[in-house]
Amino acid sequence: MSGIAAKAAAMRRGRGSRFLRSASLRFALLCAALLGSGALAVAGFVWLEMIVLVDRNADEAIDQDATALISAVNRAPRELWLRALRDEIDVRLDKNANDAVYLLASPDWVVIQGTLARWPDELRGVKGWRTVHIEWFDQGDVQTMLRVLVLRLEPYGYNLLIGRTLQLRGQLIGILPEALTWAIAVVIAMATAGGLIVGRLFRNAIMNVSATALAVSHGDLTQRVRLSGRGDEFDRLAELINGMLDRIGRLMDGVRNVSNAIAHDLRTPIARARARLEDAIAAGRSNEELRAAMERAVSDLDEITSIFQALLRIAEIESGSRRSAFAPIDLAPLLADLADLYGAVAEEKGITLTLSSPDRLPALGDRTLIQQAVANLLDNATKFSPPGGTVSLSARSGAGTVVITVADTGPGLAEPDRARATERFFRGETARHTPGSGLGLALVQAVVLLHGGQLALEDNQPGLRAVMVLPAGPAADAV
Amino acid sequence: MRILVIEDDKDVAGFVVKGLREAGHTVEHASNGRDGLFLAAGEDFDAVILDRMLPGGIDGLRLVEILRDEKKTVPVLFLSALGEVDDRVRGLRAGGDDYLTKPFAFSELLARVEALTRRSRGEGPTTEIVVGDLELDLLSRTVKRAGQKIDVQPREFRLLEYLMRHAGQVVTRTMLLEGVWDYHFDPQTNVIDVHVSRLRQKVDKPFPTPMIHTIRNSGYMLKAEPE
Repeated sequence: MSGIAAKAAAMRRGRGSRFLRSASLRFALLCAALLGSGALAVAGFVWLEMIVLVDRNADEAIDQDATALISAVNRAPRELWLRALRDEIDVRLDKNANDAVYLLASPDWVVIQGTLARWPDELRGVKGWRTVHIEWFDQGDVQTMLRVLVLRLEPYGYNLLIGRTLQLRGQLIGILPEALTWAIAVVIAMATAGGLIVGRLFRNAIMNVSATALAVSHGDLTQRVRLSGRGDEFDRLAELINGMLDRIGRLMDGVRNVSNAIAHDLRTPIARARARLEDAIAAGRSNEELRAAMERAVSDLDEITSIFQALLRIAEIESGSRRSAFAPIDLAPLLADLADLYGAVAEEKGITLTLSSPDRLPALGDRTLIQQAVANLLDNATKFSPPGGTVSLSARSGAGTVVITVADTGPGLAEPDRARATERFFRGETARHTPGSGLGLALVQAVVLLHGGQLALEDNQPGLRAVMVLPAGPAADAV
Repeated sequence: MRILVIEDDKDVAGFVVKGLREAGHTVEHASNGRDGLFLAAGEDFDAVILDRMLPGGIDGLRLVEILRDEKKTVPVLFLSALGEVDDRVRGLRAGGDDYLTKPFAFSELLARVEALTRRSRGEGPTTEIVVGDLELDLLSRTVKRAGQKIDVQPREFRLLEYLMRHAGQVVTRTMLLEGVWDYHFDPQTNVIDVHVSRLRQKVDKPFPTPMIHTIRNSGYMLKAEPE
């Protein structure tokens, strides 16, 4: 085979196998196979039933003949039984000339009267019902199928054969297979067509989804799966996929915003460090001054590092991987420790820090993260409260929840700011001139969401009240 | 002290080795996992500073696991750019004694390494710690200086205990936060400074010589005799 021919053959094979791999073709073939075998079963059943019906009709007719002949023998005087039988056979023969066969033979099978030339060999010495092929005596070598009843007339020893030709059965056998084959062929053809049509419907629906998926994977996140408007399963799938794409789009936007914010907010301290170093090089004064400039640059870099650490921490929390470290914990001692840690800071600033908490506060979560979240809230509260103000840390167990509240008497946040305060790098108007990265509340929010809880920022009149709702621990039921 | 530094980054390694030598330690350096393991297993060191991601087929975690399997108890400090909580946990579980995330301040590293070697010298369970005229009774949880009883809060007691256990060494704010409060995050305000200054009010102020010293850019040090 030449190379080109081989290649062409390979291509044909390739196309063929691709067509064979298509799900809609498989579906059509499956339909055809199922319906075809169903039709075949029906045809087979019809076939058998027809044959049985025909045979049964023959049997009934033979039975009637037998009853009539035997009663004729019994009715006749004893010496005239043969005469009576032969008369009756004549009567019957006249009536059923078409398909009936009668044969009366002596005890040694010599034919006395009947429609056959001689007693068939295979029926010698047998009694009862038989189905036989017999050569019709006046039609040469034509074979006919016969249903026969062979009787022995006692006490005379004569043999009587009553039969019916099964011509109808033969005719049926001639017609039925063809009719049934056609029927089956039509069923298979229609099933294949139906399968292909349904398969095409499926394929169109899938093409619709895969076209969208392809566009999205090439970066076009605006594409959506078209809805047919019928509200069927395909539409529901399309809605699900569109919902998923919407969510991915929002997440992508979020990532983009965060990246922008990071780039922007890190630029400030980096610019500051750079300016200091450049200034130190340019001015090139005493060793002392150089050292001081470098130390400040190092602390600027430390600030950048801590922003990175906070961002990475938030990302780590948001990824949900910390959930595996969840354990039942008692928050009461944890809060007492935090109140102790920040109490000293508050006192230093002339702020009163109060703690009100039950003796036990079972919760389920990550100890370190909850610590850090509450610490961030206390940090903010002590930072923004004026001297003489009050910071209150309170906690209580609710229905399946633990509610931790940190309230201060500082300037608080304006309504629109409260809604945005948990965004990364967001800083309220009053916070512009205080140190901080604008990541504290973002981390609190991330921790609370990781625990499946809620964070609410409310007006404390005056000041801010942050309310963390966390799920209670398993021990809560036992208490 | 004899310290082994296993770190593949030339700049970081050079900086660490130089700093440790200036602090008066003898330092060996290996730049890949295989050489590092060879040195750590073959010779005696007081501490090992170990990068987690190393060339040479053996990474930091594996190296520590092998050392611990060989019953080498030398204290190991991980130095790693992998800073997630799980990374830290994994490092400590593999047999590390401390974990420091890059970037780091050298003073923090030095303080932690020196604290490690002190710990590994194994002072065992004690009931009393004495530094100069300062006495800490761990059983009755009382503090005396020059024979005079000082009233401290439980948390102040633990802070003082930590400082005294590391007497003569620099302890950083992070070390105090981890060692005394068991907090593994950086609070934005310097909460530690406030607590140390409160402790000073009680331990140093009534007496002629202060014992708790602030070390610039590093942390604190408690020592008996003034400079």
